[in-house]
Amino acid sequence: MKVLRRAGVDVTFPADQTCCGQVGYNGGFEQEAREVALHFMDVFDGDEPVVVPSGSCASMIKIFYLDLFADDPVLLERAQRLSERTHEFSDFLVNVLEVENVGAAFSGTVTYHDACHLLRELHISAEPRALIEGVSGAELAEMTDSDRCCGFGGLFSVKFPEVSAAILGEKLENIEASGAEVVVANDCGCLMHMRGALSRKGMRQRAMHIAELLASQSGLAVGQPERPEA
Amino acid sequence: MTLVKSSQFRKASAAAVRSPKIQIALDRVMDHFVEARAHALEEFPPESWEQMRERASAIKAQTLENLDYYLDLVDRNVQRNGGQVHFAADAAEANRIVVDIAKSVGAKQAIKSKSMVSEEMGLNQVLEREGIEPVETDLGEYIIQLAHETPFHIIAPAMHKSREEVSDLFHDWLKTAPTDDIRQLCMIARSALREKFATADIGITGANFVVAETGTVVLVTNEGNGRMTTSVPRVHVAISGIEKVIPAIEDVALFLRLLPRSATGQRITSYNSFISGPRAPSDEDGPEEFHLILVDNGRLNLLKDPEFREALKCIRCGACLNTCPVYRKVGGHAYGGVYSGPIGAVVTPMMAGIKDAKDLPHASTLCGSCRDVCPVKIDIPKLLLRLRQREVGGSASERSSTWTERLLMRRWRSTVLTRAALERSASLGRFLQGPITRRNRIRKLPVPVLGGWTKARDFPPLAPKSFATIWRDELAGDGRG
Repeated sequence: MKVLRRAGVDVTFPADQTCCGQVGYNGGFEQEAREVALHFMDVFDGDEPVVVPSGSCASMIKIFYLDLFADDPVLLERAQRLSERTHEFSDFLVNVLEVENVGAAFSGTVTYHDACHLLRELHISAEPRALIEGVSGAELAEMTDSDRCCGFGGLFSVKFPEVSAAILGEKLENIEASGAEVVVANDCGCLMHMRGALSRKGMRQRAMHIAELLASQSGLAVGQPERPEA
Repeated sequence: MTLVKSSQFRKASAAAVRSPKIQIALDRVMDHFVEARAHALEEFPPESWEQMRERASAIKAQTLENLDYYLDLVDRNVQRNGGQVHFAADAAEANRIVVDIAKSVGAKQAIKSKSMVSEEMGLNQVLEREGIEPVETDLGEYIIQLAHETPFHIIAPAMHKSREEVSDLFHDWLKTAPTDDIRQLCMIARSALREKFATADIGITGANFVVAETGTVVLVTNEGNGRMTTSVPRVHVAISGIEKVIPAIEDVALFLRLLPRSATGQRITSYNSFISGPRAPSDEDGPEEFHLILVDNGRLNLLKDPEFREALKCIRCGACLNTCPVYRKVGGHAYGGVYSGPIGAVVTPMMAGIKDAKDLPHASTLCGSCRDVCPVKIDIPKLLLRLRQREVGGSASERSSTWTERLLMRRWRSTVLTRAALERSASLGRFLQGPITRRNRIRKLPVPVLGGWTKARDFPPLAPKSFATIWRDELAGDGRG
């Protein structure tokens, strides 16, 4: 929110919003997912761009709503319009606002984890890296296999906890080997997952959402003229 | 299918994760395959690799749409070449056909080149029962045959066996001296197999492709065992799933570019055999009889289902296994069936019944990397999702979601259907989490299902205030931050 406002965007937060419906959709519960998705479409009706801070939620809205409503021409058309105006956070900054430097400052080495849906559904990988490199003082250190899943997978993480934790273990090793103090990801699922194990293992690395990084110690003066975006 | 035990995925996968032996083997071999594939793809611009995938996918789709036509063409052309075609509805019928052929020539010994369909059929056990000794001649298959196991990986069936274990197996079965020298182990297998090649009465192979226009079986191997199996014995029996048909001989070139690169990262395999019928009068060698058995064994379930038909495009390269974060940790045996990894998680439930393999569609994080590496562009994550949907809302024979799953999803739905309900649940959660939260983390969640999370990971407690509240009270009127 801070970052968007600093970039001059007039942001609103529709008060009735809850969930995009991905939990049910990925579990095979299409009917339940449809009801939740309909609620989302009602809440986010309109023409403004919708900015989503998590790659998998953004994929759900941009890609999987089209599947969910494929059999209903009216709803499908609504889903299509919503899909076009929905952007994942880093995509919105870099490709819509055309901003790569938001005036953030952070001292330390940062590694980036490619969240699966963001990378393979939305094909976004250069944008977050450009934003990290735009942070003054931050150094981007790529980890091995940054594009490999962290093992979260929603309900997968509780259905098969041993397997999920083993996949996560490899991710943590790669994070550690990168030498970075911070791992950035644009997906709340991956972040919760990585944070959970970093804290359990008492590791010194921190997991941060890209917005947290971009909001750090901003060098931008408060009260800069507002841009008439969004 | 005879070997499906996929309902045990949960237990078997957890055990595999705890096995240091399996983890070492997976780490080594999976990385090798992934790197080799990446290296092999470097010689193409990404667009041209993509074009090849598109084309292969389209050829397969077109063939599957008209499979009856192409199967008829195979039948006619194999006959024209002097061979015989047999159609088998299931494993039992296919086994009976093989046994009948073997008995008709008085066979006592059969040599086999690698065939996944024969694994589906449990052919070796059937042959043994009938007094015919089957001998696998692919080195990996030979090792797992001695160990009485099923393939761990579609193209590296014995990848989980260490050299010490192989040495022990050879010592037990062939009475050879123990050795940890891989070259020497290969030589032991080679000399044992040479003898079998020379004495076997029939040779049994799979088929990587069956070319309709020419009635040709295409076999791809690296050890030359396929060529020995198809040329030395008097009878050659090729067994193929009905989906292995491709229309024309020129299509083979495309698939032979895609298959080895996707599988082992090779530009081409050491041996590519094209077999069109038995020995001709002018040939100096080759088998006197050639049989092609085309097996359904559950494939029609996929073919007649428009949502799942694309799974039959699979050319069994194994690339989806190598890239899958789940397969890379659990290996092949956890999947229970003959086919493992992402594609196994799709075809096993469809061939064996969704209820019997109900864990498999969930054994995926839906990360999508299988779809990206598939040489015929099968959208595996979408198919896994469709299977999950069938478990919930499919036909009576498919519905298999448990009442706890349904209850949980109904709870979730009603919680997120309105903001007020979500806030109420959050308030309740904040109240309940108090006693179990220490230093802003939850180390043990004392609830079913979610409890698995905290075995290896902390769980974040709900924030004292929701963002919606912060927004309303502090941010909304603020204009800019």
